[in-house]
Amino acid sequence: MSSSSGSLPRYIVQRLLLVIPMMWILMTLVFLLLRVAPGDPVSAALGGKISPQALESSKEQLGLNKPLIQQYWDYLWSVVHLNFGTSFTDNQPIIDVIKQNGGATLSLTTAAFLVAVVVGIPLGLIAGRMRDTPSDVLIRLFGIITYATPIFFAGLLVQVHVAPALGLPTGSDASPETTFIVPDRTHILLIDAILSGDWPSIVDVVRHLILPSLVLGIFICGVFIRLVRINILQTNQSDYVEAATARGVSPRKVTWNHAFRNALVPVITVLGLQAALLLGGAVLTETTFNWPGIGLKLVKYINGRDYGAVQGIVTFFGLVVIVVGLIVDIINALIDPRVRY
Amino acid sequence: MRFARAIVRPFVTTQGVARWMLLIGALITSVFLICALFAPWLAPYGFDQFRSSDGKDFPQLGHPSSQHWFGTTDLKTDVLSRTIWGARTALEVVTLAVFMSLIIGLVLGIASGYFGGRLDRMLVLVMDALFAFPSFLLAIVVAFLLTNKIGSGVFFMTSGVVAAALSLTVIYIPQYFRVVRNTTVSAKEANYIEAARALGATDGVIMRRYLFGNVIQSIPVLGTLNAADAIGTLAGLGFLGIGIQPDQAAEWGYDLQKSLDEASAGVWWTSLYPALAIILLITGLTLVGEGLNETINPLLRTRRLIPVRMTPRETVMSTTLEPALHDDPMADLQAEDRARRERRDPNP
Repeated sequence: MSSSSGSLPRYIVQRLLLVIPMMWILMTLVFLLLRVAPGDPVSAALGGKISPQALESSKEQLGLNKPLIQQYWDYLWSVVHLNFGTSFTDNQPIIDVIKQNGGATLSLTTAAFLVAVVVGIPLGLIAGRMRDTPSDVLIRLFGIITYATPIFFAGLLVQVHVAPALGLPTGSDASPETTFIVPDRTHILLIDAILSGDWPSIVDVVRHLILPSLVLGIFICGVFIRLVRINILQTNQSDYVEAATARGVSPRKVTWNHAFRNALVPVITVLGLQAALLLGGAVLTETTFNWPGIGLKLVKYINGRDYGAVQGIVTFFGLVVIVVGLIVDIINALIDPRVRY
Repeated sequence: MRFARAIVRPFVTTQGVARWMLLIGALITSVFLICALFAPWLAPYGFDQFRSSDGKDFPQLGHPSSQHWFGTTDLKTDVLSRTIWGARTALEVVTLAVFMSLIIGLVLGIASGYFGGRLDRMLVLVMDALFAFPSFLLAIVVAFLLTNKIGSGVFFMTSGVVAAALSLTVIYIPQYFRVVRNTTVSAKEANYIEAARALGATDGVIMRRYLFGNVIQSIPVLGTLNAADAIGTLAGLGFLGIGIQPDQAAEWGYDLQKSLDEASAGVWWTSLYPALAIILLITGLTLVGEGLNETINPLLRTRRLIPVRMTPRETVMSTTLEPALHDDPMADLQAEDRARRERRDPNP
């Protein structure tokens, strides 16, 4: 290992370059799945609703009469320009859908991630520290069962039993008055509400956010508990923890200063990887709570058999996950020098 | 025989919590397995049956009763029967999906790890890209595609089960590939592979006879955990209406989606039982997976101490070496101990 290959800028550049082939592979896959497979996407979406002539002209307009290799090239080229295509059914540019609904998905996933971190990491630490005690067993069971519960069933339970008891709303991301009052600046309702400085609007937005993000967050936290726990167990067996114990460092200090810190480094990487899980879960959460995010749109387009929209949205989600992975890797390299070899 | 021993081994060598997890998980999973295998005999009615054999319709949204233990649905079908048939669907799909991804991942992983070079680099990149992709979305895309194509009769598979299994297969291949490839890379430098090569074994033989057996050991944990995940994903697809279609088989996710509106109107039985089935089966499989992990993974494993039983010496000696008994301090101690115990016993 030469000293130059261990430098941080070099690692970052290498990691950045890796984004290109990954994105290309993903897009090729999506294209192969949705376009090359036999069948005609436009007839699937619009067949029976419009005349055959109109069908032909809309095919022409969408470039579906071109040779496949040309379509493939067009698709790659447009995504490079952050153009994710157009939906077939309502003729909307997907980038507009993303701008309009992305904010809702972003606030939902961020809040859910926070819930999962706040609940999952401490529980995982406790479980790992007290291995095979009743608290460990209980915490693990909690993690397993929350992960086993389908999001839509948890959402249903919350809607029927919890929401009425707490008086919290469970549909959409704000009440109509709030969406009317708050001017749309960032497309992220919470930030818009804070910018507008209207206190009741902020409260309303937060109240709408609580239950959906709790449901998604508690679902994800099972994964966090498991990861943190296993990492603690493995660091507890490492030589330096044993060495510290042998030198007479108190168990509490060993746990906090030696085991936890080192156990959390790999956890950061894996937490970043949960972005994919979070987005998948968001699709279900948004459907259950009628949350106006990208996932809800995706389901709508799926039911409308809209290949163009599905292709665009899925490509966008793929891009998001790859970029999050990139950021996590860079953060990790900053924290842990062993990563940037 | 060897197979049976391989199944029993984890139960014997574990201890404490891991052992209980394994046992309870295996119990839950086998209940579902029995439901799946014997669905035609266990389920009181067919999964889409809405009238009894004498031609009378079942009640619509009927409360649980002696005829219908779990009540009936909006479409007059029996909830208990649908839940039991759902176990069959779930296990069919999951077994198919896990096996297909296992075989593809295993073959690609061993080949990639063993040959290395450009093939390896390319496959790793492709698999990493697939792995990074939101698995649920990937399943959605494939399921969306397959349900559309099946409708138009283009694809060869007519069964929704195969289509659903295929959409799950795609998302698990990278996991098997990773594990198998990494194990292969580290195993291929081992002495016994070197020895096999020196003896003139071909690549095919080395991969089949030496690497395969080594690599396969890391599979059971991944397999059960994936099966658990697959149940959830299948239900999610069913919930979105792109999984198994209602006329093809009973599927828990689809049933749950159908019952959402009823639940807020006080009809609890149509959603509760399919949901409980999903939760229980996933929990059972996860318990098995985690329990196995703690026995197989050397970093987590805590082995049960094997009880050492010493043959009481005097029984051996009393017949042959009677006089030597009193020269043995250990035997004296044992005798003394026995005498003390007898003295303490209130009812001799």
